[in-house]
Amino acid sequence: MSLTPSQTVGPFFSIGLPWPGGPYVVPEDSPGATRITGCVYDGAGEPITDSLVETWQADPEGGFGAAEFRGFGRAGREAGDGTFEIVTVKPGQVPGPDGTMQAPHIDVSVFARGMLQRCVTRIYFADEQEANDRDPVLASVPAERRATLLAVPQPGGYRFDIHLQGPGETVFFRL
Amino acid sequence: MRRYAPEPEGTHPPLDYPPYRSTELRHPKQPLVYLPQTITELTGPQLGRERVLGEHDHDLTRQHEGEPIGERIIVSGRVLDTAGKPLRGTLVEIWQANSAGRYRHVGDRWPAPLDPNFSGAGRCLTDDEGRYQFVTIKPGPYPWGNHHNAWRPAHIHFSLLGQAFAQRLVTQMYFPGDPLFEYDPIFNSVPDPAARARMVSHFSLEDTIPNWAQAYSFDIVLRGPDQTVFEEEH
Repeated sequence: MSLTPSQTVGPFFSIGLPWPGGPYVVPEDSPGATRITGCVYDGAGEPITDSLVETWQADPEGGFGAAEFRGFGRAGREAGDGTFEIVTVKPGQVPGPDGTMQAPHIDVSVFARGMLQRCVTRIYFADEQEANDRDPVLASVPAERRATLLAVPQPGGYRFDIHLQGPGETVFFRL
Repeated sequence: MRRYAPEPEGTHPPLDYPPYRSTELRHPKQPLVYLPQTITELTGPQLGRERVLGEHDHDLTRQHEGEPIGERIIVSGRVLDTAGKPLRGTLVEIWQANSAGRYRHVGDRWPAPLDPNFSGAGRCLTDDEGRYQFVTIKPGPYPWGNHHNAWRPAHIHFSLLGQAFAQRLVTQMYFPGDPLFEYDPIFNSVPDPAARARMVSHFSLEDTIPNWAQAYSFDIVLRGPDQTVFEEEH
């Protein structure tokens, strides 16, 4: 059977996709809960106010699929200022290719009007330098662009901006 | 874990597609970096219980006091992977304009009436054979600002989580024989005409309910396992 093609999420996805619990991968009062805040920018450096950001990650022990850990976040705050916020916990390390271990990371899908398919990126954590230095995916990214994948600690959590285009364009992946 | 097959060229639209003007500032210009499929990409959220709660989540004609105006239709089909395997218990989310082509959204300002009895969103989980079903009204076409006299063909937005991050898909379902297809850059952004045709639902007499609703069928195919390449086990 042949794949169904992708189409844009369009300008009106907030009718169907975001829900109040979406940004909460874990409840706010969970041990270790942290807040990843960011903004999606276009090639003119303007915030994209109709973008949808989804995240998928391991639990703090590096496990997937535990019934009590959703692992998924969805933030799509249209007609706002373009910022998104995900409340989560830092994931554990998980295996990578060829017996390697991957640094803690979160897979991200970015959708918006004007995007005919999602863009995939990853959030790594700037305060995990040792693990990041050994991460096989980060190693495959040109050194001068790696910083675009690092969430930077700030009070209450981390900052992770996404630049679809232009100076500091975020690294996007093909999988 | 089984890896997913590469997506064939020509199926998904390019991110840079000048006829759809909003792509201009919203596509990466740097080359994409190859991401090996690791456990993070081979697993994915199972959101059912949290998102499908109400008995009318799948019936967009019964979410208000009265019935919405428009052609009542049943939209159903299967969610499968490219190997033909049905995806069971997977979340299907839809949203759409009303029968006049107006979305219930602050950003939709064109002068077509809103329908007090229509919100335009639905959710359901596939059954053991990968089947889903919605009851709704047929959305209308509507104008948009992409170019002079631009109209979108009638469509329903579909969102599929699949079983793994690698399978995630957002698409649009169209209706057969729409005269607007040839003028619509979003529909035509899919390079392969055969792939484009897979976004068009089929009229299904079999699924109609006499004296009550017409029916359209729409199967959705997500990425399936790579059956051509041996991967080393780690």
